[in-house]
Amino acid sequence: MSETEQPTNDQKKNFTRVLLEELSSQSVLIPILAVITGLIIGAFIIILTTEEVYEAWATSPWESIKVGWSAVNNAYTALFTSAIGSPTRIINALQSGDSLEIRRAFNPFLESLVASTPYIFAGLSVALGFRSGLFNVGAEGQLFMGAIFAAFVGYSVKGLPMIIHLPLALLAGALGGAIWGFIPGWLKAKTGGHEVINTIMLNYIAFRLSEWLLSGPMKRPETFNPVSPTIEESAMLPRFFENPIRFHAGFFVALGVAWLVYWFLFRTKWGFDLRTVGANPHAARYAGMNIVWVTILAMSLSGALSGLAGANEVLGVNHNLALAFSAGYGFDAIALALLGKSHPFGVVLAALLFGTLRSGALGMQLAAGIPIDIISVLQALILAFIAAPAIIRTIYRLKPSASGEDGVMLRGWGEG
Amino acid sequence: MTSPCLHYCKTCSVRRQVLVNKGRIIMAFVLELKGITKRFPGVLANDHIDLTLEQGEIHALLGENGAGKTTLMNILYGLYQPDEGEIFVRGQKIEVHSPNDAIRAGVGMVHQHFMLIPVFTVTENVMLGDESTYRGGFLNRAAAARQIKEISEKYKLAVDSSAYVRDLPVGVQQRVEIIKLLYREADILIFDEPTAVLTPQEADELFKIMKSLVAQGKSIIFITHKLREVLDAADRITVIRRGKVVGSTTPAAADQRKLAEMMVGREVMLELDKKPAQAGEAVLDVADLVVLDDRQQTAVSNVSFQVKAGEVLGVAGVQGNGQTELVEAITGLRPALSGHVSLLGQDITHATPRQITELGTSHVPEDRQKDGLVLSAPLTENVVLNTYYKPPYTKGVTLQPAAILQTANDLIKRFDIRTPNAQTSAGSLSGGNQQKVIIAREFNRPSRLLIASQPTRGLDVGSIEYIHSRILEKRDEGCAVMVVSPELDEILQLSDRIAVMYRGQIIAIVPAAEATKEGLGLLMAGVKQETAVTPVTTTGG
Repeated sequence: MSETEQPTNDQKKNFTRVLLEELSSQSVLIPILAVITGLIIGAFIIILTTEEVYEAWATSPWESIKVGWSAVNNAYTALFTSAIGSPTRIINALQSGDSLEIRRAFNPFLESLVASTPYIFAGLSVALGFRSGLFNVGAEGQLFMGAIFAAFVGYSVKGLPMIIHLPLALLAGALGGAIWGFIPGWLKAKTGGHEVINTIMLNYIAFRLSEWLLSGPMKRPETFNPVSPTIEESAMLPRFFENPIRFHAGFFVALGVAWLVYWFLFRTKWGFDLRTVGANPHAARYAGMNIVWVTILAMSLSGALSGLAGANEVLGVNHNLALAFSAGYGFDAIALALLGKSHPFGVVLAALLFGTLRSGALGMQLAAGIPIDIISVLQALILAFIAAPAIIRTIYRLKPSASGEDGVMLRGWGEG
Repeated sequence: MTSPCLHYCKTCSVRRQVLVNKGRIIMAFVLELKGITKRFPGVLANDHIDLTLEQGEIHALLGENGAGKTTLMNILYGLYQPDEGEIFVRGQKIEVHSPNDAIRAGVGMVHQHFMLIPVFTVTENVMLGDESTYRGGFLNRAAAARQIKEISEKYKLAVDSSAYVRDLPVGVQQRVEIIKLLYREADILIFDEPTAVLTPQEADELFKIMKSLVAQGKSIIFITHKLREVLDAADRITVIRRGKVVGSTTPAAADQRKLAEMMVGREVMLELDKKPAQAGEAVLDVADLVVLDDRQQTAVSNVSFQVKAGEVLGVAGVQGNGQTELVEAITGLRPALSGHVSLLGQDITHATPRQITELGTSHVPEDRQKDGLVLSAPLTENVVLNTYYKPPYTKGVTLQPAAILQTANDLIKRFDIRTPNAQTSAGSLSGGNQQKVIIAREFNRPSRLLIASQPTRGLDVGSIEYIHSRILEKRDEGCAVMVVSPELDEILQLSDRIAVMYRGQIIAIVPAAEATKEGLGLLMAGVKQETAVTPVTTTGG
């Protein structure tokens, strides 16, 4: 936080105090409690959906509880080891000194980071919209557009050095998303058409557009599958380790972009415009801000961030554009932005959580036989608790926060 | 009531105080609040408040905003539960858990904002929610209308039961609210700041009605922060400060100065010492301005006036007569349909708010929470709300938090804004301090024109005094000042010339020296001077 300025002693003190206040004022506490509560309820769902528990009931209730407990234990252990890695395996690998073994031991953790990366971009996209009083439900569509643009630049432009080709492909992705954000932004600013409706509609257009492109103009010539040609190596986000470890530079690009979004929102005059329009459009108008311009800018930037999420998947993970390559990152991003309280740093943390859960869920399914859908249920529970902090307050008997700022970021709903 | 004496009623099972007067037993207190205490996090809103209401009296509850008047009445009306204390109605202890309990006990409240449905008739509004008017699933309108007529005649309310509420003037709408309570047989009536929306004449009319109500046995609690009204209307006065009763008195034993002192806790200057204006060149020139409101109806029609440097032009008028739209059009927040606005000779009719601000306009908006502040943002951001993009607050494209913080701290000190620190959100300040933030921001830059809309709305005597003296200071610096307010006291105190708006037109501009409250009141009701010789009744309907 202190990169931008030379913090005086006074400001530093201020920052610590603000952090403490934030903690005690529950804006941090509530998400943490929500996650814990979600895990607890998730445990009960795992017990209820495990057949062995019912079978054990015939023997004795106690037996059934034991079986249930071991099911939960297995599931969450599998979740943990396949999301972060198995501690014993890591220690053994480190002791053996075998570099391949070390890499493999750390792979679950790195794979979680890979899964978190698109979440960071898309979460930032939705958070930036919330901050400006706009509810961008179109992150998924913008993500598809970003992927289409990035893939096209990635495979069709040939012979460029990486230092030009890679940034160009990323920018193309951002541009694709920005166009898909600009349209609803422009419609909202000029005609008052609500961005929620328009972004949802544009999602469908983007999905079908990608299908059409993959079945025709962008299809790989040598195959019948709807897949685009593989992108040039010069457009790929570099990977840090050999296969099968997919961890790539996109993660660090995402962190950099998160910092950039933070800087833009809180350190520039344009960010001031965006936040003021988001917090109180009447006061923004009174203060002479151009609401039309701010709305269009915010939606375009939001779209660009989602576009980067799509570009990241194409350039870093898949190296081509395929049908339905995104598993709903753009929709999860809405939840994520809420979990992160629409703050760029909060979004990064929330994205890491979601990425970890998702990559762990796969392992959980394989190792413990718990359906991957449990993770969706978990995410939904956590989100419900975040969106309705009153539930968490009631469960843990917390006092309502004095500032009453809950739900501020959703103020865009229904306002003209 | 000659020589009343107190003893205990022997016939009732409950021990209660009774008053014996000429052999007739009447209750001493229709309402008694004992030791009411209410705590909110960090605030003691009511601190062991005792209050009694006698049969047939108007008891004024006087206090600054935030003194705890409204909290106390909300407890009585069942909207809050007290932490301590008891409520007795006619000697009987009652528990009030909801407004329904209060109404059942005969306690009714006339709210500041009317709870009426405009497209319903008076009868329908009165019947609303009162189940006794349903007969086998059908509305018994005729019976209700008959009853309303009786009530209206008995208390001289002059309300036509078949009129639609939307067609009635505000003063009459308020009487509909009163009828609603009388229809439900309330005999303890609470009036919460009832004159806020009325012209002086309508207010006088209301006081007459209140007196006729108590003459017929009703009892009234009258909540207000206006000193003059208390002296005009009340039989007894209780002053509350910071949640405590600081004293009781009667109008005969008090004057405005003494009441203000009790309210604020220190001596208050009620009259500003105002130097004569040194009016210079015209700064703001409005010519034939026509503005539409949100419903595309003409809100301002052919308005022309000038504001000169070094003078205060007061714009008087009952709320909703086009003042809001006029100010919005001048400040660029609302398009003008036709006409011209110029500032220092420059045409600003179609300029943006930012251009108008940059030409040297300061604007204290009517609704401080909606337009004037970003409540969720810290004071630092609010004090630079319309200058943030310029140096020293922005260099290149980056904001300069240090410079912004410095300005905020400086303004907090200079304008005496009571806040924990500059990072506190504007929404957590009291109304008076929120207004000070706006005043500080708007007065901190050199401006040629100051437009202040209702600059002291809802503020207490102490804050009003402060803001008024700042506005006059600005005038004496040579700034042209336009003050819009429905409060005649404020207009008369500040203005050098007074323009009266009625139905979108300025129907007169009079020098303040020649203006009287009565004359302005008539103009505000739309009566021009030449016709004002014939007696005017404000009883519409």
